[in-house]
Amino acid sequence: MRGNLVVGGTLVGLVVVTALVSFVWTPLDPQAVDASVRLLGPTSDHLLGTDKFGRDVFSQLMVGAQTTLYVGIVAVGLAAAVGVPLGVLAAMGPRWLGELVMRTSDLVLAFPALLLAIMLAAVYGASTLTAMIAIGVATVPAFARVARAGTMQVLSREYTLAARAGGRSRWWIAWRHVLPNISGMVVVQSSVSFAMAVLAEAALSFLGFGTAPPTPSWGRMLQESQELLAVDVRLALVPGLAIAAVVLGFNLLGDGLRDRFDPRLEARR
Amino acid sequence: MTSTADSATGDVDAGEGPIVAVRDLERTYRGGVHALRGVSLDVPRRGKFGIVGESGSGKSTLVRLLAALDRPTTGTITFDGTRVDDRRDRDLGFLRRRLQIVFQDPMGSLDPRMRVRDIISEPLGRTRGRDERVAELLEAVDLPADAGDKHPHRFSGGQRQRISIARALAPRPDVLIADEAVSALDVLVRQQILDLLTRLVDEYALTLVFVSHDLGVVRKVCDEVAVMRRGEIVEQGPVDEVYDTPRHEYTRELIAAAPTLHGALSASPTPASTEPAQPES
Amino acid sequence: MTEHAGAAELLNVDGLSIANGDVTLVDDVSFRIAPGERVGLIGASGSGKSLTASAIMGLLPDGMSPSGSVTLRGRELLGASERDLSRLRGKDLGMVFQEPMTALNPAMRIGRQVAETLTIHGTSRRRAADRARELLDRVGLPERTAGAYPHELSGGQRQRVLLTIALANDPSLLICDEPTTALDVTVQAQVLDLIAEGVRDRGSALLFITHDLAVIASVCERVLVCRDGRIVEEGPVADVLSAPAHDYTRRLLEAAL
Repeated sequence: MRGNLVVGGTLVGLVVVTALVSFVWTPLDPQAVDASVRLLGPTSDHLLGTDKFGRDVFSQLMVGAQTTLYVGIVAVGLAAAVGVPLGVLAAMGPRWLGELVMRTSDLVLAFPALLLAIMLAAVYGASTLTAMIAIGVATVPAFARVARAGTMQVLSREYTLAARAGGRSRWWIAWRHVLPNISGMVVVQSSVSFAMAVLAEAALSFLGFGTAPPTPSWGRMLQESQELLAVDVRLALVPGLAIAAVVLGFNLLGDGLRDRFDPRLEARR
Repeated sequence: MTSTADSATGDVDAGEGPIVAVRDLERTYRGGVHALRGVSLDVPRRGKFGIVGESGSGKSTLVRLLAALDRPTTGTITFDGTRVDDRRDRDLGFLRRRLQIVFQDPMGSLDPRMRVRDIISEPLGRTRGRDERVAELLEAVDLPADAGDKHPHRFSGGQRQRISIARALAPRPDVLIADEAVSALDVLVRQQILDLLTRLVDEYALTLVFVSHDLGVVRKVCDEVAVMRRGEIVEQGPVDEVYDTPRHEYTRELIAAAPTLHGALSASPTPASTEPAQPES
Repeated sequence: MTEHAGAAELLNVDGLSIANGDVTLVDDVSFRIAPGERVGLIGASGSGKSLTASAIMGLLPDGMSPSGSVTLRGRELLGASERDLSRLRGKDLGMVFQEPMTALNPAMRIGRQVAETLTIHGTSRRRAADRARELLDRVGLPERTAGAYPHELSGGQRQRVLLTIALANDPSLLICDEPTTALDVTVQAQVLDLIAEGVRDRGSALLFITHDLAVIASVCERVLVCRDGRIVEEGPVADVLSAPAHDYTRRLLEAAL
């Protein structure tokens, strides 16, 4: 479906642009507290109003996009950097190694990511970094599995046999045949995992184990809005919708990419 | 069709005797599947050696063992006087240069992400004059010179098999194994690829090991044949002898089952008769 | 129904063309099959031979549009409603495909799949189960086959099951699309025998599609040679194969074994 790709790409693109713009410009200082303008509704000065400290919600939202993307990129990057080599190794290495990797990833999968994050936060203090690491570690098995399955598929093709018969080493086969041919799957997995990472970061910040104040984060915006739900739903709605949009965007993008990669590869085999 | 026998005239580089010698080869897979049970054969130097068998006969396993892509459970394989069955991958360099394979699947045997140039030069390693060699090989298999820049999906099944052949010839091997190399092709394309293969084998004085389920094709190409069933060689000898006076019952059965034009036309004024086609005489 | 077709005709394909967008894949193909006649359709892959069979069955892939006329006993099949077609398929038209695994339901026991073909077209449930076992026995499958799932059978056995299903309702036309290409030679010979026997016993006509001349020669009476979506030559098998008129047929013959 082209539609998935377009809608997903647009949503993700919007967030990326917002985050990039926020580095150089925001309408107001997102951290500037001003008691005189607390809990304002949308005005010309404050496009999305202000929160209980009088901070500009729109500016916070923009800078929050940075946090969201930052966490996603680092967590997914970490997961892919560890998971993909592990998965390839599990498929190409000796049988016991494959078993070990897969059983370990079962274990990690069974261990709740939130609990891991809370443990890390308890030991090292709550921060964006601990959240990223926890989310990244919890996502490693997803990549390891995808990479292992993809590698086994590639290894069943005769071109890897031909490479061996041509005197090429395992490293060469992994580098020249396996990685290029599983890259599509890894990209798709990245997109889907990105959505999950964003969600996880929001949840952690909401619980107070993620991004620490005063750095703006969508999850913490949600949390701060909690006590004011009865007063003004807007404060919960704005970060909530932003999170939903990003998650939807990455999921659609993942679906779209999957559709793009898979049929083409099938047709060309 | 193939008149010259295996006895090549005045070999300079090669020693005497068979180039590949297989003795009492067994391969048992996990779970106790006996893919090969005691196979012995000699592939004569510069001969065209056919291996015929149906699915499950063990011929694919045999190919892997011959190419040292797998290890036998017991038994030995000697390549030009050197044992290869007990060596580690890194000690098989000489075999990788001197023995090459053309695979069956014209799709699956070429990496869709690689350019044809890189596919063909893959067995070459780090050598100078790669581009010249690729151009030479493309010409040898009758592909246009600009084929090297493209990806495999741009080519037809027959052309892909030419690419596969070019790759196999790249390191100037002595032995070429064709593993069902024409089985996935249409009749007309199959004929072209067979012609190409036999031409190249003669031109470069190669030893050909031609593996197929198709008796007709083997008869066309080879001068010696081994018939396999359930991991064993039931009969082997000169092609004409095996086809015209098969000694083993299974060989007779195979020959009787293979439809041939001559047989079908001469044997059937009533084509609906349930007789299987007769072998051509 | 208009019964304008000649009395002796079973299938009449007249000016059949199939296009996919702007590309014409089958171009003005016409041929007839008489009741009980065994006709071979030969050609290389991409010659349009399988599409022709799909058009007759009403099973063309989405996006392909047929034109012309295909009549079975005078009844037009092109553009017929899916309901009418499905009533014909399995009853008047039987089909055997190249890849039997994809043509069988992997989650249903063989016996039920055969019986279902019978019940859909009016046999009572109890009789169908018995008849299914009987039919499976007729193609030489052991009794336990009825209780097996498709993946438990070999390629040759699956092809026998497909043939049983295709012939279950004594169709007037059996279409075989490369039914033995994926099989070993000895198994191929058995399946070919069963096909020939099956249509002869039932008086069914046969349209046999393959790229293998030798197979056609051993099964069919008449042959159509298909190339680039056109029929370039046709005639009795013995005539065409001993004195081919078209250059393409000659090349096919030279390449045959």
